Formats: sequence, structure tokens, C-alpha cells
Amino acid sequence: MPKRTDIASILIIGAGPIVIGQAAEFDYSGTQAVKALKGEGYRVILVNSNPATIMTDPELADATYIEPLTVDVVEAIIAQERPDALLPTVGGQTALNLAVALAKRGVLQRHGVELIGASLAATELAEDRLLFRNAMTEIGLASPQGGLATTVAEARALAAEMGRYPILIRPSFTLGGSGGAIVYNEHELQEKVAFGLSQSPVHSVLVEESILGWKEYELEVMRDHADNFVVVCSIENLDPMGVHTGDSITVAPAMTLTDREYQRLRDQARAVVQAVGVNTGGANVQFAVNPADGRVVVIEMNPRVSRSSALASKATGFPIAKFAALLAVGYTLDELQNDITQSTVAAFEPSIDYVVTKLPRWAFEKFPGVDPTLGTQMKSVGEAMAIGRTFKESLLKGLQSLELNRDPFPTAQNAVWDGTLESLAIPRAERIWALWEALRAGRSVEAVCRASRIDPWFVAQLAQIVALEAAIAHFDGPSALPHELLRRAKRAGFCDSHIAYLLGTPWETIAHPAPESDPAEEEGHLSAMEAVRRARQQAGVRPTFHRVDTCAAEFEAHTPYLYSAYERESEVPASEREKVIILGSGPNRIGQGIEFDYCCTHAAWAMQEAGYEAIMVNCNPETVSTDYDTSDRLYFEPLTLEHVLNIVAREQPLKGVVVQFGGQTPLGLAHGLAEAGVPILGTQPDAIDLAEDRSRFATLLAELAIPSPPWGVARTIAEARRIAAEVGYPVIVRPSYVLGGRAMAILYDEERLARYLTTTLLPSLDRSQRASPTFNLLIDRYLGARSSWMSMRWPMASASSLAASWHISKRRASTAGIPPASFLPIAFPRRIWPRFGATRNGWARRYRSVD
Amino acid sequence: MSSPTPSHAAPRPARLALEDGSLWFGHAIGAEGTTVGEVVFNTSLTGYQEILTDPSYAGQIVVMTAPQIGNTGINAEDSESRGLFLRGLVLRELSEVVSNWRAARTLSDWLVQHGIVAIADLDTRALTRRLRARGSLKGAISTDAALRDEALVALAHEWPGLDGVDLVQQVSCHEPYPWHDATDPAWAYSTESSAARGLHVVVYDLGVKYNTLRRLAARGCTITVVPATTSADEALALAPDGILLSNGPGDPAALPYIVETTRQLIGRLPLVGICMGHQILGQALGGTVYKLKFGHHGGNQPVQALATGRVEISAHNHNFAVDPQSLPPEVEVSHINLNDGCCEGLRHKHLPLLSVQYHPEAGPGPHDADPFFDEFIRLMGG
Repeated sequence: MPKRTDIASILIIGAGPIVIGQAAEFDYSGTQAVKALKGEGYRVILVNSNPATIMTDPELADATYIEPLTVDVVEAIIAQERPDALLPTVGGQTALNLAVALAKRGVLQRHGVELIGASLAATELAEDRLLFRNAMTEIGLASPQGGLATTVAEARALAAEMGRYPILIRPSFTLGGSGGAIVYNEHELQEKVAFGLSQSPVHSVLVEESILGWKEYELEVMRDHADNFVVVCSIENLDPMGVHTGDSITVAPAMTLTDREYQRLRDQARAVVQAVGVNTGGANVQFAVNPADGRVVVIEMNPRVSRSSALASKATGFPIAKFAALLAVGYTLDELQNDITQSTVAAFEPSIDYVVTKLPRWAFEKFPGVDPTLGTQMKSVGEAMAIGRTFKESLLKGLQSLELNRDPFPTAQNAVWDGTLESLAIPRAERIWALWEALRAGRSVEAVCRASRIDPWFVAQLAQIVALEAAIAHFDGPSALPHELLRRAKRAGFCDSHIAYLLGTPWETIAHPAPESDPAEEEGHLSAMEAVRRARQQAGVRPTFHRVDTCAAEFEAHTPYLYSAYERESEVPASEREKVIILGSGPNRIGQGIEFDYCCTHAAWAMQEAGYEAIMVNCNPETVSTDYDTSDRLYFEPLTLEHVLNIVAREQPLKGVVVQFGGQTPLGLAHGLAEAGVPILGTQPDAIDLAEDRSRFATLLAELAIPSPPWGVARTIAEARRIAAEVGYPVIVRPSYVLGGRAMAILYDEERLARYLTTTLLPSLDRSQRASPTFNLLIDRYLGARSSWMSMRWPMASASSLAASWHISKRRASTAGIPPASFLPIAFPRRIWPRFGATRNGWARRYRSVD
Repeated sequence: MSSPTPSHAAPRPARLALEDGSLWFGHAIGAEGTTVGEVVFNTSLTGYQEILTDPSYAGQIVVMTAPQIGNTGINAEDSESRGLFLRGLVLRELSEVVSNWRAARTLSDWLVQHGIVAIADLDTRALTRRLRARGSLKGAISTDAALRDEALVALAHEWPGLDGVDLVQQVSCHEPYPWHDATDPAWAYSTESSAARGLHVVVYDLGVKYNTLRRLAARGCTITVVPATTSADEALALAPDGILLSNGPGDPAALPYIVETTRQLIGRLPLVGICMGHQILGQALGGTVYKLKFGHHGGNQPVQALATGRVEISAHNHNFAVDPQSLPPEVEVSHINLNDGCCEGLRHKHLPLLSVQYHPEAGPGPHDADPFFDEFIRLMGG
């Protein structure tokens, strides 16, 4: 059936502010939905309170409201705009809950607004844990044993009935598993149930038998009003049940299911969406499978586009949010075209001939004292996705994509494993490396599986990586390495620095980490990496590039969505056009989030307008920049020098690379790219360095006669004490090259400084540095003054006079010393003392003259 | 679950040569020797055991586009016939370990036991793209280092191919036999009914997959499987309520004797065909078949029932299709493939006759098309 003509205008609710469990992926889904519906001629009205989003760009929707997501505000918008329909399924749990509230308060009925994409009944059935369980029982599907509790006493009774711990607590109507917990004994019950009840807007929790250690699967599905149903993607969690899927390493497609077992999950997923009544759109159904006998239980389902939908979309090339929006207005899957092949329809199930691994990124270092053990409540703040031809390749590329303050592979310096098998049982952020180290130290796959309860297939893949490491470590240097082994290592996803590390380090050192590090290593490390690069180029071991095409090469693809591997031949040769590469911001973290994706997306559009071929490189699946239609060409690759240089080598003629919009990630690559002779467009690496290196910046200010607070740079603890005393307390301390004020603090006296140095700064350093720590700590006098901030733009000779900078000067309603993102900014200040304004503008002009 | 023990034996080199002269280097993961066949690719993400035991792959070398194969090993339940009839197997990566509670052995051991020459570690995507561009090609795999590259290419080039070859007789049973096993209740699809209790179905074994028989048995049918050479009179003498012509390998134009038998059966009783059976029926009704460029082999193909508009995601394995233009007016196309528009199902306007080009029995693949068997039962008055 073609699209509905009885509705003309549609209200879309966004997801509001970024919180853990609900992040940039809903800018991706909202943007796709707005574009799709507008493209069909509907008038689209958008409400979202988060301005750092592409979807709230004024040119996107027909009317955009940046307003609080409350019933009253949205009712006022509805009264003003009189939309015919409301689409609540692309704005995460926030939009869905708000839609339920609007429906229940009679707002939708009062104004004649039809809920599309999800019915009230279906939403309640999916979100209310007890109703859902009952519905599953009715259609003959198994759920974990348990029941619903609205008081601690009821929960205690249910626990007594089950007769064993641990048990799971899962609050109704929350997101990211918020308030969920694993209760290991009776003593913990009171506190954890009470907390769960407090987190649930309807004050109820599900108390369930533990299925910890079972295999966990997700199916991303779509259904249209004609009951056509497709599974877009199956996802297997590497971490077994007990870790929130947002905190799990996940793999697509499922790796350890036979067809019989997979089809059973597919049949059940279909039965679930039918029973719940998801009549159009995307949904996600989660299952647990007992590894011992294959018993299947349904865990839950989301009747909307979710974080997993974003992952599944990027993993397969199937745009779930776009199609969900189109199905909501009456299309059926067979009426929608597969954009990637342009010759087939959306009513199909993607077949992929690669493996996708998603790795979460946490920010525990920012929250000292928070328990870093992973559980049923999501704690990660971002994620990276990697595509490889095998699981090994995608896992290693994924680890390279995470951009942590460590090498992506274990070294003597960044060892995390304490040597016990017991510790492998505890899911933590660094467990993947602990498993790796245990295997390197000679623990058997069986022992590691038994301890971690991770499926032997995944552990065996790590063991194969370790075996390859051992083979490489036999050789003395890159030139001695047999070509065949080098090729095998690259095909398994080893990065050049990993190979360099293995070649430069005797195997015994890897097996038995030594505490000391070689001070000269940093220098040697880089050149060794370059030596590996040259060795593999000489050996003809070169990356190849392949399409994400939804169909495992069965049909010709037209969309240049690419990933690298080490195969026989590349696809999609470079065009003749002049190109600009835009480096994205990688996984979200605190201080580097969706706003950088916003900038990168706009940079791509600006480059296209300026007549260049815009090429995006990014590895964050939760983004608009990684939509295949945002740029002319998308490389879903780790943002490391090695991978970016591979792309640069291929994408000629190249105008240059833009590093200034992706936050710290591309800035960190600027020097390496410049050294390799790659033109950097826009702000040059040295200018970035000038602003980022606090010491150089302060010197520059002195040269320009722009006053700044008394300051000094400390490299040791003793120096820090001396400088702080000299500039005078209170002081504000900031390490160089950090993001979002990480490890930044205001200190009022010497005692607090001492505490800061030992409890905040030192732990943020590499373990190897802690014995004789050196750092680069800027110490300023803290003025406690008002701060004023202005953004400047000036024309550049190069092509990159970019659209994404803003022209507003802001007066901060806060005091200096708090990172800009935590300010309450007030744009267009009404009251700036004229003299201050003039002085400030003068300083700005002076700074601008540097370049 | 067998314990993961990475083999420390040096990998054995192997080569694949195509008739176009290209050579593909990898490692041997199956039996020693040299094999030649028609190279086709399959895009199913799961179900390699079922694919390897599907008799329709007789004469073919199968390339799996899914890169990680062998992860779940081989189990006692999932085979689709009594053996392996394909000529060879090509993979990106063979799993060194097996992880599944039903697994009884490794894929590699099983290939060796059945004498299947197989190769892994080559670029299966590049190979698939070549097959897509040039159509199915003849190819040869060898583990024999003494065989020169040119000789291997020549082997592929000079092999006569499958056109006009009757492969059905190589895979069909030799004697009629009764079939009893229904789909195990543990794996029930929840679509079964016992509406057909007592209905007797004669299945022409052109290379039948066990799941076709299981899906009929799950509905209560009594089943007799007969050889492809069974005459119409012999089949009718069994007093069936309906006849099913199964899937099977090779060139449907090379089977005039089965077409003739079918012609004699049309109109006498409810008659259905699956895959090769559909192509036989199409010919018996007066139509012709043609060869597709590289066929449909996978578990994700959208088939639309023209009467209802509903789409079934279904398993496919065919290199040939019935030309709808060649059919008489009383026969109509009931299903089409939404990817390329080719004919996926037929029905007769007056006679109890229907057929599908795809695989309603799945095994492997989605179960969307399973209600086909209910339609068959309705034709038989069940």
C-alpha cells in the first residue's frame, strides 16, 4: 500500500539530552526519520531539547522546537502546530515515555493526533515487565522464572519462592537498565530492590531467576502493517548474560548458532512482535540461550528504534530508522528500495560477508569511587564498531578504534591481569585484555572459558591471536619476518605497532611482564612501526577496501560505504575528483560527544557544496556522520595513523585532511599526518599545538601582551608544590592535552594539592610512569572571575573556510575554571561593560594575527 | 562441546582454478585430491551442514560468502540427506574449534571422511564478485602440489559442465521407502497441525531434502519416497492422495523421462513441485526453462505471493527458472522474486496443481514459506 494521504503533518519527538544508555544514536535515528518523512512531502515538526544535534538544524524539519520534553510543553506545541500524527519511536525511551504520557493525559485525543509507529497498548505491553511476561507465556514462549514486585517485601517473597541467589532486579519503564541489579544474597536485597523501585516511574521491578552465564543474542527486526517481517541483523554478545548489552562486546552476525537454533530465535522474535503488536517499524528482541542444552528464554523487547538498531544499521547498511519512519506512514517493506543496491527492495534480510564487533567505551577514570564492575545497568558512555573479514580482524580493529590511553594490545606497561583465573570471572572494562594476558601466560582456553563463562569460540579466537603473536615474536625485526606470516598477521587485524612491539620484544618479556620500562622505548617504538609499514609495503602486503553492500556481493552495490581488510583485490577505485578527507571523532566519551559529530557532518556538507568529494572516516556507529549518505564516501575505520594513511594513499588526488572538527581524536593524528606529508586543511598542527600546549600558549600570551593569571608548568611533584606556592592559592591545575577538563581541579591549599597529585593525577598516568612520574601540569592562579568566551572565524586561503563555526559571543554565567561544556552559556549577552568588550576584542585581534 | 585444540600441523596448501584462468590460493581443509565442478556461491549466514548435505548441490563447488564457517561443528540432527553430493567447498575461514551443545565433530573431519576436497583462506568476496559478473564458472580445486597451475586451469576449462547432464539419478533413492520422522517436537515451528492425518503422499525423490519429508510428517501425512524413475502407473498404484516432486540437482532440461511421467500425472490427483519439481511441472505443462546468470543460493530472498502481496523471506537454491511467457494461459504465476522478478511459483487455474521454485521446507533458511505444505494438504482435501 502506498503512503497515507489522510495525514499531512507529523510531530517527531527527539531523545533530549545525552545520558548513559541514550546517546548520539538517537540523533542518527531522528535525523533519518525527519529526512525520510520530509522527502515524502509531509510537514515535519520536531521537538527536542538537545541543540547539539543535526536533527535540530533549522533546515532539516519544517518547524523545530528546542524545548523541554514535558507533557505541558509538547501539548502547547501540538496546540500551536496541530499535527495529524505523532511518531514516537525514533527518540529512544524518552520519546516513547513522553508519548505514553501524552496519550494517557488525553492530549493526543484532545487534539486529534494519531500515534503512528507504535500503539499505546503495544508500548505498554513491551515496557511493562509483567504484562510482557504474561504475553510471552500466552504465546508459549519461555521467560526466566520470577515475578513482579512493587515493594521490597514482595521481592523478598519472590526470592524465597525461587530459593536461590543470585537473582536479577529489573525495573519497569527505565532505560539502559537503569536501576537494575544482580542480587547475590539476602543482605543485598533490601537496598537493591529499593533502588530499583525508586528508579521505576511506575514503582515496580521484575524479580527474576539468574541466567548469568547464558549466551545472549539480539535480533533487530522490522515489520510492516501487512505483517511482512524481516530480521535485519542477529547480534551475539561476547559477554554472557549478566552484563548489560550496552556494556557488552557484541558481534554481528551471531557466531555460534546453527541454522535450526537461529531460525527458532527468528520464529520467536516474529511471534513476540506480533503478540506485542508492533505493527510497523523496528524492534529489538533479546534472548538468552543456555549453552549447555540450548534452552531459550525471551529477555525483553524494545518496540522502537534503539541503540542496537543504530549498530545493526551501520553493521549491515540497512537504514532501520529511515524505513521505520516510512513504514509508519503506510508503506510496506516491498515498496521500499534498498538504497545500496538500487535494484532490490527493503523486504529482504541482509547477508553480510564480514564480521562486525562493537566495543563499549567507559569513563570510569572520571568518576573516582564508582564501582567499575559491569552489571545489568549500563555504564559505558560510548562505543566503537569495527568491520573485518573475520572476527579476529574486527576485534583487533575495534580495540584500535577505542582510543584509550593505552596500546590496543597488552604490553608489559599496560598489564591489567592480576594472574588469577578468579578475576576473569568479574566483568570489567578491561576484561578483554585480561583474557588475552591470561592466554599469553599459558592458561588454557578451557580454563579461561570456565572462569569467564565466555563462549569457547570467542576465547579460541583470542588464543589464535596469541599463537600468531608467539610466531611473530620469534623473529628479530620486520625484515626477518616471513611475508606469509606478515600477511597472516595483517589479515588477522594486527596493527603495525602491535607487530613492531612483538618484533622488538623478546617473547619471555611478553609472557612475564617486567615492571620497568625502557625510557628510550617511545622513540624506538615509532620508528619500529614505520619499519613494519615499509616491510609490509615491500612484501606487497597492502590493505584492500571492500563495500558494505547488504547482500554479500550478490548484487552490485552503488553506495561507497567501505572498510579495509587484507584481501586479494579492492573495490570502488578512487574517482578523478579532488577530495577532502574529514576525520571524525571516534567513540563518544565525556567531553567529546555528539557535538563533534555535528561539526564533522556539517564539514562534509560544506565540502560537497564547495565542489569537493567529501570523504568521512569514523568508527562510531551512533552517529550521523557514519550514515552512508552523509558524505560522498564513508570509511568505517579506526581513527589511527596507520588506517588514515592507508586511506590517504588510496584517495588521490587529495586536497587535504580536515582534523579540526572531530575533537581530540583527529588532533592527535595531525602531527603524524603532517610528518607523512599529508596536507592538513584549516588550522595547522602547530597552531593547534600552540593552543593545546598550555606552556606554549601562556608564553604566546605574554609575547602578545595579553594578560593572563600567574602561571607555571610543573613536570614533577616537587615542582608542582613550588609553582603553586609561587602563583598563590587558590590555583587551578590542568594537565596538557586533556579533554573535557579531565583531571582538572581547583585547589585551595597545599594539602589539597598534595591529595590531588596522589589521588587524581598519578592514577591517570600510565602504570609505567608512576614510579618516577613526569607530567605536564599547568598551574594557574584561580581568579574566580566572570568569564567571557567568543568564537572567531576568519577567511582562510585554503579551501576550508568552514561552515561549522559560530559567530556568537557568549558571556558565561559562571566563574572561570569550569570546563566550557559545564557552563550555562548565555548567547548575545545584554550586559558587557563597553571597556571590557573593546579590550577583549583587541586581544582577540592580536591572537588572530598569529597564524 | 569438543575441546578447542588449535592444530599445530603446518597448513596444507591448496588451489582453486577457474575456467577463466584465474588461480586462487588457500589451504586444504578437507580431503586430499583434485575435484572439478560448477562454482556457485551461497549467501546463507547459517546452515552449512544442511547446505553440504543438500543433494541439489551435486556437481557443484559451493562458495560460502559468510566468512566464519565450522563454528558450530557437525551434529547428528541437521543433515538433509544420506550423504554429501557436492563436488567441493570454498571458505574464507574454517573454525579451528567447535562450540555448540549439539556438535558431535568438526566440519574438517567430516569433509575428510566424506572425501570432499575443500579450500579455505582465500578471498571469497572477490570470488563471489567474479561469479556475479561472469556467471557461474567451472572450477577445479586441488591439494596436489605436483599438478601444475596450467593443468588445473585446463581441468576446469575442459570439464564438460552440467548442461544436459542427468544428475538426478546419482542422488535419487534406488528403492521406494516409507518415511516416518516428523520435525522433532523440540524444534516445532508452531505451525503444524494434524489436519493431514492419514493422507498418503508419494514423494518423487529427485534429490529430496529430509526437511520436506519432516514437514509433511509433522502434519500427519503418511509418506512414501520413490525413485525418480518410478512410472506414473507405479506411483498411482500406491494409491496416494497427492504427489510431490522434490528438489534436485542439475539441468532440468536433461530429465525428459520425469517430465513425461509428470505429464501423465497432471490432473489425476493433487500434484505439487518444489525447486526442480517446479521446473519439471513447468515443462510438463508445456513451458520451458532457462539458466540464470548465477542463480539464487541463499536464505534471504524475498518472494511475493501475487494473490495477497505478502512477502516471504525464503531459502533458495536454483540455477534455472521457468519462463512464464512459455506457459499456457491456464497456468498462472503465483509468486515472483522481488529482487529480479523471476518466476518463483505456479498454479493451475483449474487443476489441483501448484509449485514453488524456492524451498518452503527451509533447512536451512527462514520458515516463512512453511504454509505451502498446508496448501498442499488442502489440495488433497485435508
